[in-house]
Amino acid sequence: MDLIKNTDIKFVSRKKVFYLISGLIILIGIISLLGQGFNFGIDFAGGTLIQLDFEEQVNVTVAEIRNVLADINLASSTIQSLSNNEFIIRIAQIELQEREKIFASLQERIGPFQVLRIEMVGPIIGQALKRLAFLAIIFAFIGIIVYITIRFQFSYALASIIALGHDVLVALGILSIVRKEITIPIIAAILTIVGYSLNNTIVIFDRLRENLKLKLRSPLAEIVDLSINQSLSRTINTALTTLLPILALYFFGGTLSDFAFVLLVGITVGTYSSICIAGPMLWDIKSKTQKTKKNINQVRKNVPEQAVKPPKKRIVKK
Amino acid sequence: MKQLRLFRLAFVILVVGLALFYVFPLDKNINLGLDLQGGSHIVLECVDSPHAPVDSDAVNRVVEIITNRINPEGVKEPVIQRQGERRILVQLPGMDDPQEAEKLIGKTALLEFKDESGQTLLTGAYLKNAKTSYDRFGRPNVILEFNEEGAKLFEQATVRNVGKILAITLDGHEISAPVVQEPIPSGEASIVGQFTLEEAQRLALLLRSGALPVEVRILENRSVGPTLGKDSINRGLKAGIVGLFLILIFMVIFYKGFGLVADLALLICLLLIMGGLAILNATLTLPGIAGIILTIGMAVDANILIFERIKEELQMDKTFRASIEAGFSKAFRTILDANVTTLIAAIALLYFGSGPIRGFAVTLSIGLAASMFTAIVVTKLILELIGQHFTKNALV
Repeated sequence: MDLIKNTDIKFVSRKKVFYLISGLIILIGIISLLGQGFNFGIDFAGGTLIQLDFEEQVNVTVAEIRNVLADINLASSTIQSLSNNEFIIRIAQIELQEREKIFASLQERIGPFQVLRIEMVGPIIGQALKRLAFLAIIFAFIGIIVYITIRFQFSYALASIIALGHDVLVALGILSIVRKEITIPIIAAILTIVGYSLNNTIVIFDRLRENLKLKLRSPLAEIVDLSINQSLSRTINTALTTLLPILALYFFGGTLSDFAFVLLVGITVGTYSSICIAGPMLWDIKSKTQKTKKNINQVRKNVPEQAVKPPKKRIVKK
Repeated sequence: MKQLRLFRLAFVILVVGLALFYVFPLDKNINLGLDLQGGSHIVLECVDSPHAPVDSDAVNRVVEIITNRINPEGVKEPVIQRQGERRILVQLPGMDDPQEAEKLIGKTALLEFKDESGQTLLTGAYLKNAKTSYDRFGRPNVILEFNEEGAKLFEQATVRNVGKILAITLDGHEISAPVVQEPIPSGEASIVGQFTLEEAQRLALLLRSGALPVEVRILENRSVGPTLGKDSINRGLKAGIVGLFLILIFMVIFYKGFGLVADLALLICLLLIMGGLAILNATLTLPGIAGIILTIGMAVDANILIFERIKEELQMDKTFRASIEAGFSKAFRTILDANVTTLIAAIALLYFGSGPIRGFAVTLSIGLAASMFTAIVVTKLILELIGQHFTKNALV
């Protein structure tokens, strides 16, 4: 079965539509970021997280827990209901004694429960983690630029990084809009998106590099379109096979649901940017720097003689 | 050529065999992180207070004291480690109650000196140091040093109790019951008795452990009960199995015979990931499970790249064998570049990540390596073996 067969979509000439769509989404994300910022989890903001499981016979609602906490001056806590009797409570950083006071009040006024998880992160650790997360993303970007520049050219690296920046901005914007908590696993998910989206972009650029050697006389825009179309079936199928287990993780993963959500968004956006942004962006960079001819010739010069043989049959029907 | 293929076949069988050998039984060979088996990860920092500034010795003593408090609790493989100048890492696997660890560390053991009537005469708060030494007959003893105020109190206590027992208790348990020989005004006393050197050292340590020498603050505490850990494993397994089946079916629908080959490669890849975790003695965490599930999806990518290329070659009317050869050589560079770039992101995580996230980076990296190996070696081998027996489009 083939979902996509011998397509001939003109990506480069439609780039304005793509840029406009992406620009709008990023703009909305940035407005949200400036307006309400991120909802930092305790990993970065510091604080205490308590996960409780009330015993079966206990009937309890979020409002009841909030009332109990309000009476011991912890009204500003967030309470999240996980499943019927499981709750996550997030509070400011508190000491052991204060925590025991919470447990005593809950036990007395609501009923018996089991403590499933306690996390406490002080402000010093939170700050350090923020710095590390930032460094990890920067380090990954630099590593990627260097690798692509070595394996391809700097213009390819630049186009990839723009597509990646696009993915990260869209993902962060959506995280800000839906108020998902930024935790360490979320940062890991964003870095995974970076790796994944790049993977797709590289596959297309690799095809482009190969086609540049084969098709000496076609204009660059046509070769870019051809390369994207040739890789399209693979790009879509790979995105689908990657999304399948992540969907499973989203529905069954419990505390990993948020992580899976970011991956779902990111992989969709990453696939879109690899197809619709990276290629046209490369074309833009190459034609704007006006060295297009020279660069292509450089690539061609490096090609060994037998590789320049034209293919026996054109794959794309016109 | 044929011999080379036999050699490769033997190599694949060897690798798969090794992985099988190392992986099973799963529960013994795969280390579970604290978030999956339950346990506590706590980072402490020693802080200066007006009476007790932090020095290197004080931090070491805190480590010693916490070790002493934890050892009798029967925790399996605890880690109590100094980190840098003032920080201490405490990891306690398998604690039943997430509350317990902090209580254990935070508790101030109370050291008391009691007379025969059971009245407390002075406490460990006045004790400056306790160490082992030898008396003039070469017998090991324990030297106590009190601070100024303690010296006065100790003098009074000894004056009133000459010839009587002055019991030393830690949290109410008697750890030593020496008899006072004479009044001691200097603030320095020695406990003599029938000690072996080891017993004396242990007593000195217990005495020193009375209270933490400096103020200690908890910077980070991540404690998970065993129920939640088990629940996480079950959820991860369920998501993994469902995801795996969806992909296995997807590949057969979209790639037919090639899909079956990819499915076999995927199962081998999964086995190699688990084998890699076992051999590297890596720790599987909850994000680590997510990494494996993600890798399952990405692992078939290399196969898809190869099959798409082979299909293109077949469309150019090449023979099946020639198409396999050409498809592989064209897909190889793409697979390499695509995976190396993902690996760069994984290494960034490995380097900067902490705890569970490192687990994610580890499974992702192992997964990338395993998927490249299975695509380039295993898939190729299977296709070549099929290509020997069928001439054209056997799998399409």
